[in-house]
Amino acid sequence: MKIVVCAKFVPDATADRRFRSEDNTVDRAGVDGLLSELDEYAVETALTVKEAGDAEVTVLTVGPEQAADAVKKSLQMGADAGVHVLDDAIHGSDAVATSLILSKALGKLEADLVVFGMGSTDGGMGVVPAMVSERLGLPAVTLGSEVTVDGQTVRIRRDGDTASETIEGTLPLVLSVSDQANEPRYPSFKGIMAAKKKPVETWSLADLELTPEQVGGSSAWTEVVEVTARPARTAGTIVTDEDGSGAAGLVEFLSTNKFL
Amino acid sequence: MSNVLVLVDHTAGAVRKTTAELLTIARRLGEPVAVFVGEGVSDALPALGQYGATKVIALSNPELSQFLVAPKAEALAQVAAKIEPSAILISSNAEGKEIAARLAVKLDSGLITDAVDVVAADGGAVTTQSVFAGNFTVQAKVTHGTPIITVKPNAATPEAAETSPEVEEFDVTISDVAKTARIVESKPREATGRPELTEAAIIVSGGRGTGGDFGPIEAFADSLGAAVGASRAAVDSGWYPHAYQVGQTGKTVSPQLYVAAGISGAIQHRAGMQTSKTIVAVNKDPEAPIFELVDFGVVGDLHKVLPTATEEVTKRKS
Repeated sequence: MKIVVCAKFVPDATADRRFRSEDNTVDRAGVDGLLSELDEYAVETALTVKEAGDAEVTVLTVGPEQAADAVKKSLQMGADAGVHVLDDAIHGSDAVATSLILSKALGKLEADLVVFGMGSTDGGMGVVPAMVSERLGLPAVTLGSEVTVDGQTVRIRRDGDTASETIEGTLPLVLSVSDQANEPRYPSFKGIMAAKKKPVETWSLADLELTPEQVGGSSAWTEVVEVTARPARTAGTIVTDEDGSGAAGLVEFLSTNKFL
Repeated sequence: MSNVLVLVDHTAGAVRKTTAELLTIARRLGEPVAVFVGEGVSDALPALGQYGATKVIALSNPELSQFLVAPKAEALAQVAAKIEPSAILISSNAEGKEIAARLAVKLDSGLITDAVDVVAADGGAVTTQSVFAGNFTVQAKVTHGTPIITVKPNAATPEAAETSPEVEEFDVTISDVAKTARIVESKPREATGRPELTEAAIIVSGGRGTGGDFGPIEAFADSLGAAVGASRAAVDSGWYPHAYQVGQTGKTVSPQLYVAAGISGAIQHRAGMQTSKTIVAVNKDPEAPIFELVDFGVVGDLHKVLPTATEEVTKRKS
């Protein structure tokens, strides 16, 4: 079985994150970045499936040069090979264009099982798995909190707002997993050394039979009009609880602000 | 005026508050046309009329509920092809976002998710979103195709505008490819009697500091008529179900009042609650980053502070 994990390189959420002033896109090149934490769950899912049977795991990323780090981390965790779609024309692509690039690459890789995380930690729309499924005409089982692969059948448990559902589909298929699905492994020393010898291919848009006009900022179907930094919250009142004074102060605050 | 499609969010005909919000927003952009999928359209009709739906398009093909979202997206695309709306509004929950994603590909249209406000402007709708853990506000618009916008709960205050919409049955054809992901089993979540987390005016959340005992959190929430939330640390420890997780990988909430008890305030949590109007925290650690966000904070043990406060609130309310 050929498993492809779609992984995203994102700005580190614990460091400075900002927008480029010239075109209101997320600054990915000038800040610290890493493999999106939520994609580690996708890598772990793929590795678990591989270890239970016979499969090859390829990690696929679309992004600027630094995005190679997302591939590297996945290889260190245990993925077998990497593909990095790298092309200057991709900058500024929205979710619709990104799903087009991924779909072309997934077609070329002839993936049986495509695994995504539940969303990225930067854009956070969480819509790309459904878009890729739509483009490839494959079933999608999404937001799995528990995943079982049994022959050609993929079954997940999804904990929704109103119900806990069991959902299944047949390979080839698109799967996305939540952060409840597993506990992603840390790369071992052996894994880090082995990753250096694993094959990573770099593909351009031309390799995917796409033209620059089909992707990137100029063809994005959405436009950010304005970006405003949220003003810092003004410092509030902090009291230290002594013999019930904290509770009294809390209730007084709620009462003054008409929450009672 | 142009038509604006609103996908009705309901459970067996009981319309959720988010739909009233969507209809209110739709009226800013054009004439709201409600699309109702499933059983119970006659039960839903009064609520849809109350908030200004000019027409209700009912889709009752049973295949729409047996499978995942793909058939719903197909159906909506067929409705859109017929009535050519100027925008499509959908609730920003997991299902709504997936339907919207598929629709964007089908209709060759731009998609904006998680809008916290939508206004009419020259050349169409302008949305507001809160990004990067609430540290930035972004205004955006769709520049191609039919704008598809998913809207978060509480993005608008529902305003009544009584109409008497007619119901039009609409026949949809569902392709085989849309029927490939099946719902095999569905166990409804037990009702807690508390408000829905994403729609609640007040939320009381517990974290690692509860030590696994959510009793004081639930009691304080109930005294205030609030919903209960939990941090990722509490959920990962198995102390509270994931459906109640507030944060980047759980729900993003923006209530009038958010009470964080025993929650340190890591970025993952802040991403889910930073845009709350008023924030209160109770935490033993005076250095906890949550105190940077609060309007009112108590440095103290939640197991002492909350029960006393619960008693006092109950006394004052009676």
